Amino acid sequence: MPEQVKTEKVRYNRMGQRIVSPDYLLFEAPRTKHFITGSEAVKEAAKRASVDASISYPITPQSEAAHMLGELWREGYIGVYFRGESEFGVMSEVAGCAMAGARTITTTSGPGTLRAMELFPMWAGSRLPIQLVLMARGINSPLSIQPDNLEIYFLLDTGCMVWHAETAQELFDMIIAGFVVAEQPDVHVPVITAIDGFFISHTREAAYLPPEDIALPPYDPYKAPMPPIDMEMPPGRFMRDPFVMKSNYISYATHASWQFEVRAAIERSRPYAKHYLRGLVEHFGDPEGEVLFIASGTAAAQAKEATQILIHEEGIKARVLRIKTIRPFPTEEVREAVKGAKYIFIPEFNVIGWLEREVKRALYGYTDIPIFGTPRVGGGMTMPPEFIVQEVLRIIGKEVKHVG
Amino acid sequence: MSVKIFKINEDLKEFMPQEIVDLEEKATWGNPKRGVMDLPYAKELIEEHSLCAGCPESAAFRYILASLPNPEDTVIVNSTGCTSLVFPHIALHTVHPLFGNQNSVASGIKRVLEWRFPDKVKDVVVIAGDGATIDIGLDCTLQSFFRQEKITTICFDNEVYANTGGQDSGATPRGMEFKMAPGGKQWDKVPMWQLAIDSGCHYVARLSVSSPKKVEQVVKKAIYVAREVGPTYIHLYTPCILEIGLNADQGLWEMRQRDKERFKFFEYMTDEAKEVIERKKKEGLL
Ligand SMILES: Cc1ncc(C[n+]2csc(CCOP(=O)(O)OP(=O)(O)O)c2C)c(N)n1
Ligand code: SF4
Ligand SMILES: [Mg+2]
Repeated sequence: MPEQVKTEKVRYNRMGQRIVSPDYLLFEAPRTKHFITGSEAVKEAAKRASVDASISYPITPQSEAAHMLGELWREGYIGVYFRGESEFGVMSEVAGCAMAGARTITTTSGPGTLRAMELFPMWAGSRLPIQLVLMARGINSPLSIQPDNLEIYFLLDTGCMVWHAETAQELFDMIIAGFVVAEQPDVHVPVITAIDGFFISHTREAAYLPPEDIALPPYDPYKAPMPPIDMEMPPGRFMRDPFVMKSNYISYATHASWQFEVRAAIERSRPYAKHYLRGLVEHFGDPEGEVLFIASGTAAAQAKEATQILIHEEGIKARVLRIKTIRPFPTEEVREAVKGAKYIFIPEFNVIGWLEREVKRALYGYTDIPIFGTPRVGGGMTMPPEFIVQEVLRIIGKEVKHVG
Repeated sequence: MSVKIFKINEDLKEFMPQEIVDLEEKATWGNPKRGVMDLPYAKELIEEHSLCAGCPESAAFRYILASLPNPEDTVIVNSTGCTSLVFPHIALHTVHPLFGNQNSVASGIKRVLEWRFPDKVKDVVVIAGDGATIDIGLDCTLQSFFRQEKITTICFDNEVYANTGGQDSGATPRGMEFKMAPGGKQWDKVPMWQLAIDSGCHYVARLSVSSPKKVEQVVKKAIYVAREVGPTYIHLYTPCILEIGLNADQGLWEMRQRDKERFKFFEYMTDEAKEVIERKKKEGLL
């Protein structure tokens, strides 16, 4: 029994699910084993998250997750759902939903993300705690649907939190934690929970889920730092002199400080994210490892496999620092983790190496350890662990013994 | 009804600006019979405007805000353009989303308000320029009609992109010269009122804002029909006196000229809309 049930009246959400605390739902509730895809993880998380609204638009690989959100609406778990006219329309519609006081989730991929791009800074600037589940896929060149996470790079400075899950299990937990962290009154910015499309969305893996008759407490829009647009409280945006849209010094200063404030809100998410994600990073492998992989998402999963090979077959001490949150970026954790490493490798599923840029920025002036932004694959290429091992051995000048 | 939100704490009243106190004491709340005839006596819901002196859009704003049957539960969504600077002066919940996505944002707001407040009437009204409604936002505008969103869309048609300095828009008539139509626009004015009918609007009106009473009537009809039936659309001529080279006192004259031609009063309603309008007339609300 969760603690709050002992002391308080039992509450139910509109669907009749028992409301439990985020801690109970994420950490304490008994879990049973399921065999699910990443898309199903979205459904299972939304089902337990007292979601008010979701709007969808088809694009591979996120469509299936979006279909399932529609099923949840039919079943009564979600209050508002429909297919919008385009990703630009959908991201506008979910903005309206969130402004009107709804807990809101949507999904998109690749070209859809870029079509909707104008909305993400607007969500952040309007302090809407929308959750976007991003199932990354290639960006048109001229047409690609393959797995590739280049699009995440474009989102890093939109004012949204950006988290990167490694598995369906983690996606499930991140979606629930995402609402909780994004809706903290002192945070209240959107959260983008990303996975690598296909690799996670379309493959099945074991995941442990809490019962489906419990759910997060409903969203309370009256705790938001900006009043909801519902005419139920004084119109906070009523001002005699709309300095925000004038061209004068006060207006410039207001715009500058608001941009800083949105970034500061992301910074303030750290303690909450640390708690609900059990850390912004995960450590894997030999703590003494001199070969250090820094990676996120599926690339981290592959780096873990490579680490096992390095340790057990090549006799090389290796480890992985897996980054869970790209925004906020775990700068302190990265600086701490590189201590003792001789080589840093950053494997990525995109051709530009956005994580390498982030890591180098965090480490500039802090370390002389060489940083190799490799291996880097894109356009749907795979990254077998053996390939990672070969790259490492080649670069550190060791003979390739076992893999080949 | 949320009139309560305009009540000022007695202890703080003496520190409140007069216009906020007036909103509590002299504005017309909770009375669906309010209208443009209150303008000289009641506190208006628009404090000031930031438009050019004599801009007919300012008249349109005043008439519309005076005519809302349910201002205490009305949300207004706008777009980018000359009008967007006016919204912070309005004493209601207003949203500036982006340029062209106003009907999508309004759709989300309306549906969630219906879901959150099933027992209350919450009206959602879109007010946007011709560029926002007809060009960059046409997709979002028409799609909201296709989906039968219960919102009222009001287009301020000044036949130009005014805020960016005078470029031709879809609403500019053929031949008229603006900065991106050197030598004159080569295509016809988009008949947006007709597109609204074809796209499923249940009440459509086209007129200039030369007659306050007429504006009041169409606004009330459009809102009542949107509430019960589906999307409604009002196309208002609000000439950009600056870009067509008129003086501050010539806006009304310009509108009266166009009342005889391309902005001749036009009204359309479906049978369902007619039923609502007849009923509201019987109730004395129209
Ligand atoms: C995406 C985007 N494109 C272009 C603009 C520039 N812009 C701002 S206002 C405006 C003109 C608005 O015209 P209209 O909707 O007719 O309103 P008006 O100013 O005439 O009242 C334009 C083009 C913008 N803000 N956003
Ligand atoms: S530029 Fe034209 S539309 Fe804009 S405020 Fe001035 S007169 Fe009105
Ligand atoms: Mg215009």
